[in-house]
Amino acid sequence: MPIKELLNTRMIFKKTQATVLGFILIFLIILMTIMTRGKLLHLSNLQAVAFQLPLLGTLTLAQMIPMITGGIDLSIISTANLSGIIMAFILTKLSGWYTTPLAIVVGVAVSLVVGVLNGILVAYISVPAIIATLGMMIFIRGVALVLTRGYVIAGFPDSFVFIGNGDIFGIPMPFIIFFALILLMLLILNKTRFGFNLYMLGSNITATEFSGVNVKRVLFNTHLLSSLLAGVASIIMISRFNAAQADYGQSYLLLTVLACVLGGVNPAGGYGKVMGVFASIVVLQVVATGFNLLGFSSHLANALWGLILLIVMLINRMISKAE
Amino acid sequence: MMRKSRWKIYNQTEFYLFIVLIVLSTILAFVNPKFLRLENIFDLLRNYTFLGILALGQLVVLISGGIDVSFTAIATVSQYIMGVIISKYYIDNILVALAIPIPIGIALGLVNALLVYYTRVHPVIITISTLNVFYGFLMFITSGRWIYKFPPSFRNFVQIKILSFTSAKGTPYGLSILTLFWIIVAVMTWFILKHTNIGRKIYAVGGNLEAARRAGINIFRTYIFVYCYMGGLAGLASFVQAQLAQIIQPNAIVGKELDVLAAAILGGASVFGGSGTVPGAILGVLLIAIIKNGLVLMRIPAYWHQVVMGAIIAGAASVTALQMKFKSRRMVRKNAD
Repeated sequence: MPIKELLNTRMIFKKTQATVLGFILIFLIILMTIMTRGKLLHLSNLQAVAFQLPLLGTLTLAQMIPMITGGIDLSIISTANLSGIIMAFILTKLSGWYTTPLAIVVGVAVSLVVGVLNGILVAYISVPAIIATLGMMIFIRGVALVLTRGYVIAGFPDSFVFIGNGDIFGIPMPFIIFFALILLMLLILNKTRFGFNLYMLGSNITATEFSGVNVKRVLFNTHLLSSLLAGVASIIMISRFNAAQADYGQSYLLLTVLACVLGGVNPAGGYGKVMGVFASIVVLQVVATGFNLLGFSSHLANALWGLILLIVMLINRMISKAE
Repeated sequence: MMRKSRWKIYNQTEFYLFIVLIVLSTILAFVNPKFLRLENIFDLLRNYTFLGILALGQLVVLISGGIDVSFTAIATVSQYIMGVIISKYYIDNILVALAIPIPIGIALGLVNALLVYYTRVHPVIITISTLNVFYGFLMFITSGRWIYKFPPSFRNFVQIKILSFTSAKGTPYGLSILTLFWIIVAVMTWFILKHTNIGRKIYAVGGNLEAARRAGINIFRTYIFVYCYMGGLAGLASFVQAQLAQIIQPNAIVGKELDVLAAAILGGASVFGGSGTVPGAILGVLLIAIIKNGLVLMRIPAYWHQVVMGAIIAGAASVTALQMKFKSRRMVRKNAD
C-alpha cells in the first residue's frame, strides 16, 4: 500500500529528526558540564532545575496546543500575568481559609475568559491566530498595566507560596503539578477525540472539515485549553516569585516557541508529541541553568537561544532534503 | 466573472480608514482645538515618520506572504554602527551618516531572506530568532552603552524645514525634512509595487506561492528583494529615529514591532499575503498617530494606551476577516448561480 509506505517513511523521517535533535541537546549539556567544571550536574543545581522547569514547561504546553493546529498563541505570557495579578489582588486583600482556593479558581477563570476571546476571534471570526493573539497580548497587557499601574503586588499567604516553593518528600511541588499536567496532556492528545481532531486539523483543515469534524469547535477548544494552561502556569509563577506584575517573563515567549520546535512540533501544524516537548524542556532548562552558572547576561542567552533555534531549523531542513 | 462593483470605492479598506480618520479628527478637534493646529499636525507627521517608513517596508513583506518582526533589531544594529562610526571618527557629513545604516540593514535583511527561503519555516519563527540573535549580540557587545556626541551636521539636520511658518507667538515651526523621507519612500514603494516587474511578482508570490512558482517566477529572488527592502528601510528609519532623539540608545527601538505590524494590518494588508496598498499603510500609521495623540490630548493615563491599541488591532483584524468571509461567501453564491 503506497499510503502505508508514505506514512512509514514519514515516521522514520520524524524519528531521525528527533534523534539528531537529541544529539545536539546532549552535546550542549556535555559542553556546559565541561565549561562549568561539573558544577552543572550537582544535586543542588538539578533541584534548582526541578523548581524552575515547571514554569517554562507549562507555558510550553500552552504554546504547543495551538502550534499543533498550525497556529500560535502570542498571548500566553500576558494571560499568565493578568491571571496572576487578579490572584494577587485576592491573596493580598482577603484573608481566611478560603483565600488560596478562591484565588486559584478566579485566576483560572480569568485565563478561561481570555481563552474564550481568543477562541471566538480565531475560530468563529477566522482572524489568523498570530494576529488575533497579538492583539489580545497587547490588550491584556494593557489591562494588567491599568490594574497595577506597573507596580509589583507581593506577599502572599504561606499556603499559596507553598505551591511554588514547597516540596513533598523532597520532590518540588511545581514539579508534581507539571508532571500531572504532562500525564493529562498525554491523555488528551493521544486518547481523546479532541486530540485526534487536533492533529488532523493541523495537517489538513479542509479535509478535516469535510470528514464531518466541527473545525470551529476544535479551534475554539484549542485556545481555551491553551489559555487554561497559561492560567495554571500563572499559579506556579506567582507562587514561586511570591509576587505578581504586568511584565513578568516576557522573554519566555521565544523560549516556548523554541522548546516546541526543538521538541519536534511542526510549526506548520499536524505534528508534535508531548514527550518530545517534555525532553526538550528538560534539556533547555539544564542549558539555561548552565548559562546562568557561566554568568552569561540575559541578552547573550537570548542571542544563543535564537542561534540554536536557527541551527536546529537548518539541520531539520537538511535532513528532510536528504530524505 | 469579475464584476466592476468590486472595485467601487466603498468596497475598499482605505475608504473606511479615511472616514474613520476624519470622524476621529473631528471629535478630537472638538475635545481639544489644539489638535487641528498646523503645528500639531506637522509634529505628528515628523514624529511618526519612523513608524511610517517601517510600515511601508512591512507592507511589502506582508504582501509577499511573509512577515518580519526582526526589523527593530536590524534598525538598532544599523543605527548603533552608524553612531559608533560618526562619533568616533567625528565625520561631519550628513550624507555619509545617511549612507551607513542602509547597506547594513540590507545585509541583515539578506540573512532573513536566506533563512526563510532555505528552511521553509514560517517567517515569524525565523525572524523572532534573528531578532534575538541581532539584538542579543548587540547588547552583549555594547553592554547597552548610549551614544550622544554627534558632529554638528548630524545635530542640525533635524532642524531643517521644507515649509516654514511662524506662529502667533512668534515661534517658528514647519514641515520637517524628515517627513520628506517618508513621502519619498511612500512614492518609491508605490512605484515598485504598481509599476515594476518585481512589484507584480511580490503580489503574485503572496497571492499563491505555488501558482507563482509554476508561472516561472523566481521565488528566491523575490524573497531576497522583499526582506532586503525591509532591511534597507529599517536602516533608513533608524537614521530618522536617531535624528529625532539625538541620542542612540540600543533599547529604544526594540519593542516597536507590534506598532508597525498593527499599522500595516490596519491599513488593509493581509497576513495571508497578496493584498495591501501603500495608501492603506500610510492611513494605518496616521490612524495610530491620531489615536495616540488623541489619548494624550484627552489626558488619558498612559496605562490605557495599550488597552486601546490591542482592542483596535483585534477589532480591525476581525473586520478584515469578516469582510473576506463575506466576500468568499458571495463568490460561492455567484458561482452557484
